[in-house]
Amino acid sequence: MEPRPLFEIRDLVVEFSTARAIVRAVHGVSLEVARGECLAVVGESGSGKSQLFLGSLGLLAAGGVARGSVLFDGREVLGGDGAARREVLGTRLSFVFQDPMNTLTPHLAVGRQLAEVVLDRGLMGPDAARARSIQVLRSVRMPEPESRLRHYPHELSGGQRQRVAIAMALMTDPELLVADEPTTALDVTVQAQVIEVLREARDRGLALVLITHDLGVVAGIADRVAVMYAGRVVECAPVRELFAATAHPYTAALLATVPRLDAPPDRRLKGVEGQPPSPGADVPGCAFAPRCPRVVPRCWEERPALQSLGGRSVACHAPLPASAESGRSGGEEP
Amino acid sequence: MSVPMLQIRGLRVRFPVRGARLAATRRWLTAVDAVDLEVADGQAVGIVGESGCGKSTLARAILGLEAPADGSIEWRGTRVHRNDGAALRSLRREVQVVFQDPVGSLDPRMTVGESVTEALEALAGRQAGDAGAARVGATLEEVGLDPSLVKRYPHELSGGQCQRVAIARAIVARPKLLICDEAVSALDVSVQAQIVNLLDELRARHGMALLFISHNLAVVRHLCEEILVMYLGRVVERAPRESIFAAPRHPYTRALLAAVPVPDPVVAAARPRDPLRAASDSGLPSPMGCAFAPRCGAADDMCRSSIPPLEEVRAREFAACHHWRALAPSASPDSRRRAT
Repeated sequence: MEPRPLFEIRDLVVEFSTARAIVRAVHGVSLEVARGECLAVVGESGSGKSQLFLGSLGLLAAGGVARGSVLFDGREVLGGDGAARREVLGTRLSFVFQDPMNTLTPHLAVGRQLAEVVLDRGLMGPDAARARSIQVLRSVRMPEPESRLRHYPHELSGGQRQRVAIAMALMTDPELLVADEPTTALDVTVQAQVIEVLREARDRGLALVLITHDLGVVAGIADRVAVMYAGRVVECAPVRELFAATAHPYTAALLATVPRLDAPPDRRLKGVEGQPPSPGADVPGCAFAPRCPRVVPRCWEERPALQSLGGRSVACHAPLPASAESGRSGGEEP
Repeated sequence: MSVPMLQIRGLRVRFPVRGARLAATRRWLTAVDAVDLEVADGQAVGIVGESGCGKSTLARAILGLEAPADGSIEWRGTRVHRNDGAALRSLRREVQVVFQDPVGSLDPRMTVGESVTEALEALAGRQAGDAGAARVGATLEEVGLDPSLVKRYPHELSGGQCQRVAIARAIVARPKLLICDEAVSALDVSVQAQIVNLLDELRARHGMALLFISHNLAVVRHLCEEILVMYLGRVVERAPRESIFAAPRHPYTRALLAAVPVPDPVVAAARPRDPLRAASDSGLPSPMGCAFAPRCGAADDMCRSSIPPLEEVRAREFAACHHWRALAPSASPDSRRRAT
């Protein structure tokens, strides 16, 4: 028997009530994360990738409702009176957001903010909290961690602020870290450092969910990749299989948009033609059909279900053949 | 060859450092230091570097938004002075800019049509009859926006659509040079690819030159024929596209190349981790030496005591490194890794 997954989302629906209508951002998604695993959730803006995780943890904005089942270590955390969720969230499961400036309080020194995470939960005394703060700052490779405790967020660079945000998330020694676009606002060099910090935390046994729009970033860190489009998972596969050959035309298109150094320099980048559907516009067929180069008549009428295909799952009526070098549109150069 | 359209010689821009606690002597931060740059008609030039390397200050100086402390900026042989209003106005008819934040660079109270019309009238004067509306419509179509969006406000558009509006504003009066300051960095990769292709098409169609500023070498590679790499205010490497990617000379260029994510798990697992220490992590560089020395694996005493000049390595290839001869060109940025 397979070991029980650490985190499991079952058939989650996220909806927002607006003045005019109810907009569905996530249409019944199921995902699981094993202990120590890194799952990347990839999709364009508006694909529902962030709402899926915010919804699963009861962190939706006003007017948002999540339905379904969410299990952390086998225990239901969605619904009920929220006691189970409060016990897990921020302790065994931590979040890192895109903008570290919004995560950190501008008027408190870094050391105080780090210590509060464990002091407020009564997990440690002040001395232990300080020692733990220095330890986690060192683990995210913050130089001179002792003196950084006295610094305020505005005195740090963007990359350092993101490292402090990750350090805060690691204070309670969580089992799962959900990072929502943690490198999007950063330079490529700083992005490489932040990814490295996350990878080291993963190597120490932390399970990781990396939410991003950039398939290029996930290759170096993820074990599995789930690709989302218009509120649904369209493809989910182990990282090597996914990059070796994409099955869903959307994944192929997304991969072709990544600017890469090993493609011929004068090659045009490939964008994904057209716009993603606006949230709430639910069509009877496949949501990607209007932008899809492989569209067949069936795609307009019948929504493809997520089905296993080899070692992966795909929601497509006309998936790309497994042997095709579909993702490698640029080809390899020596 | 005749005079290049834009010629910059020895440009230096500096800012006073505030908060130096009642310091008797004013301290300065040199954001752009001794930079030379030429852009010919229709040429695409890329400027690459991390946050704080002075690439945006350079762009602002070209637009007359910063006063140079030293050096000269010449537009078609005429020197640009920040205080010469008439000359600046005529410069701005020919030089336009697109900034990073697509939503922030549009007026939230103006519709798309009003925004683009405003730019047209400010640069080309009031248009007779329907000529203005026709030109605005044609420009919107050119940047790939549906003409029905003319009456929409920025908050009703996606980030990619807002950036297209910003580009429409910039090109509506047919500039000769378009400066793009991190114009695609805030966008999703899928949208980024669309905008990069759009800029390339516009350049080809109108013979418009492009000065494309970015922190990501992989993006610049798809657009620019000539690439300058900047580090803390100085140009450290300058070369045509083919050579900068095939044989990067400066250790910093190599580190930038190594930082670009590789969309291939097999290659990504094999490449060195953490190509570069963060600038702020490794102590301040000596003002007497190479600014990159504290982060460089090949740095020695000479690097810490004298600033390397920008030397011609080969025809059209320049590098500012004492050790470029010893650091043999590598075919792949991954084949070498830092000493530490």
